[in-house]
Amino acid sequence: MTDSTPNSFRNQPDERGHFGDYGGRYVAETLMPLVLDLEREYRAAQADPEFQREFDDLLEHYVGRPSPLYFAERLTEALGGAQVWFKRDELNHTGAHKINNCIGQILLAIRMGKTRIIAETGAGQHGVATATVCARFGLPCVIYMGAEDVKRQSPNVFRMKLLGAEIVPVTSGRGTLKDAMNEGLRDWVANVHDTFYIIGTAAGPHPYPELVRDFQSVIGREARQQMLDRTGRLPDLAVACIGGGSNALGLFHPFLDDPEVKLLGVEAAGHGFDGDEHAASLLGGVPGVLHGNKTYLLQDEDGQITEGHSISAGLDYPGIGPEHAWLKDMERVEYTAVTDEEALEAFQLLCRTEGIIPALEPSHAIAAVAKRAKDMPKDSVILANLCGRGDKDIFTVAEKLGVEI
Amino acid sequence: MNEPDTMNSSNRLSNAFAKPHPALVCFLTAGDGDTAANLDALVAGGADVIELGMPFTDPMADGPAIQQANIRSLGAGTTTADVLRMATEFRKRHPEVPLVLMGYANPMIRRGPEWFAAAAKEAGVDGVICVDIPPEEDEALGPALREAGIAPIRLATPTTDDKRLPAVVEGSEGFLYYVAVAGITGMQQAAIESIEANVGRIKKATDIPVAVGFGVRTPQQASEIARVADGVVVGSALVDLVAEHGADAPERLRELTAELAGAIRAAR
Repeated sequence: MTDSTPNSFRNQPDERGHFGDYGGRYVAETLMPLVLDLEREYRAAQADPEFQREFDDLLEHYVGRPSPLYFAERLTEALGGAQVWFKRDELNHTGAHKINNCIGQILLAIRMGKTRIIAETGAGQHGVATATVCARFGLPCVIYMGAEDVKRQSPNVFRMKLLGAEIVPVTSGRGTLKDAMNEGLRDWVANVHDTFYIIGTAAGPHPYPELVRDFQSVIGREARQQMLDRTGRLPDLAVACIGGGSNALGLFHPFLDDPEVKLLGVEAAGHGFDGDEHAASLLGGVPGVLHGNKTYLLQDEDGQITEGHSISAGLDYPGIGPEHAWLKDMERVEYTAVTDEEALEAFQLLCRTEGIIPALEPSHAIAAVAKRAKDMPKDSVILANLCGRGDKDIFTVAEKLGVEI
Repeated sequence: MNEPDTMNSSNRLSNAFAKPHPALVCFLTAGDGDTAANLDALVAGGADVIELGMPFTDPMADGPAIQQANIRSLGAGTTTADVLRMATEFRKRHPEVPLVLMGYANPMIRRGPEWFAAAAKEAGVDGVICVDIPPEEDEALGPALREAGIAPIRLATPTTDDKRLPAVVEGSEGFLYYVAVAGITGMQQAAIESIEANVGRIKKATDIPVAVGFGVRTPQQASEIARVADGVVVGSALVDLVAEHGADAPERLRELTAELAGAIRAAR
């Protein structure tokens, strides 16, 4: 299959921003004209070779792309099955994949003549990446962060401050990522004339899910070519963790029309599916409308949004990018979930077998890889996205392991 | 249906805007305090249209006052069934006062738009304002409301330019809600010159009445807006009284509503 076949999985969304039944532009009227402007500007940028050149240049010389593709030999031995390869997006500047998207969006903001940047953040990785690009381009930056997350993620809060960002702790709701996003939208609606909202994941009103996916697809494009160069073949399985889903879409999208490549998205099962203490919107939620798009949501029978739980603050969001909702219904991507406990084990496994401290988010993907690799033949290949490094998580991990540091 | 609804919804809303004075539209969040007593106080004070807010966990377009009201209501255990029951009982007590549900998409479409439209109709609801369904996503709720004979009331804002305006007014029924500030509820007030210019612009595009809200707190402000619009919407100032006065809120609500109604009636 190629991009142009009518049956391609890569030609979403439609012109109204819908991925099948999902996505769309469910925003207050105040934001609608701006969202339409953003779409026009994005189309113009896509057609502008200078935009692409600047994006590529910053990714190469500022972010440090292409990130390596790494064969995890000792992990492969330890698991005793399929070969495990990692796309090393944790080696990017700022330590995660988030920066790819922030570079793209700030270039758009500058094109649109916006002079002030806002963003929401959960674990702080997107906040740090946003503060970084704002410092790089000299734009003032306000980061909304749940008050609870401000406490849990103090190293990232300090990083953002060093980078010159203003951090606004959000106390409404339970003070986590979704509340930070509500507050970001409230700021935006009051400051549409000069403010650009850099959304951190492939969610929100159209065209955000599409443009975030496009900016993150550099992950999958590089990985696909690197796989072909190094092994002469495509992987049998590609794996990525999912909160809002941007690193997973970035990895998966260039493989969507390669039917021989199975795709596996890994949600956070938290304490498990017995109660409500998980953050698995696709496996444990139902479709609804929140934050500008229709997608799977954790919600009760009255449509009230329920709070997710995960050991990883970056996966702790009650929604999911709308393209994942569509890919789930189309059965092109398989979705699974792993618990806090399993992610913590995988975190330690990677530290000890490969000398890589992963973030808790990709630790979920590694846990899923560990389960699948065992049952796959030794000549098969798994590609997993190592989307963030674990420096930010050592305090959480120490606490869970009962260690004082 | 519990009893024959002798007046259909378009009549109730059009009657409210056919009075010799501009309409006073009063908002409260359902399930925040004694809703029945509070709504009765609004009617007693002279409210022409009641907007009943459906509480939602994530009220993205609302400022602190209405956010807190949503939290109080949900904290008290308010369900969609409770909101519909409050509407039903209001309709029995006040057969002629138009009642509009206002809220966010997700609670409205959770059981399907047809279910919601039918349930709202049965409860005697005349119109629905959904903050986060713009014309582009109308099919998520609009057709079901129109089919059930409930007015989908659209919002226009200072950012709604002339190019978009026809799409916004097309398909809006009952009245058009002009959001006077680019911002959230209960915060700053727009300059009257800007309101007058925008209402004039909207009225060139549509014949339906235009009510103005967001940031309207005092009789003085209401009076200024009443000179240039068909209706004045007051929300956060009333919600604040519920928060401050609890069981004593009805008397305070009646007083403020009466002052607002008096100011609007004297405006022109």
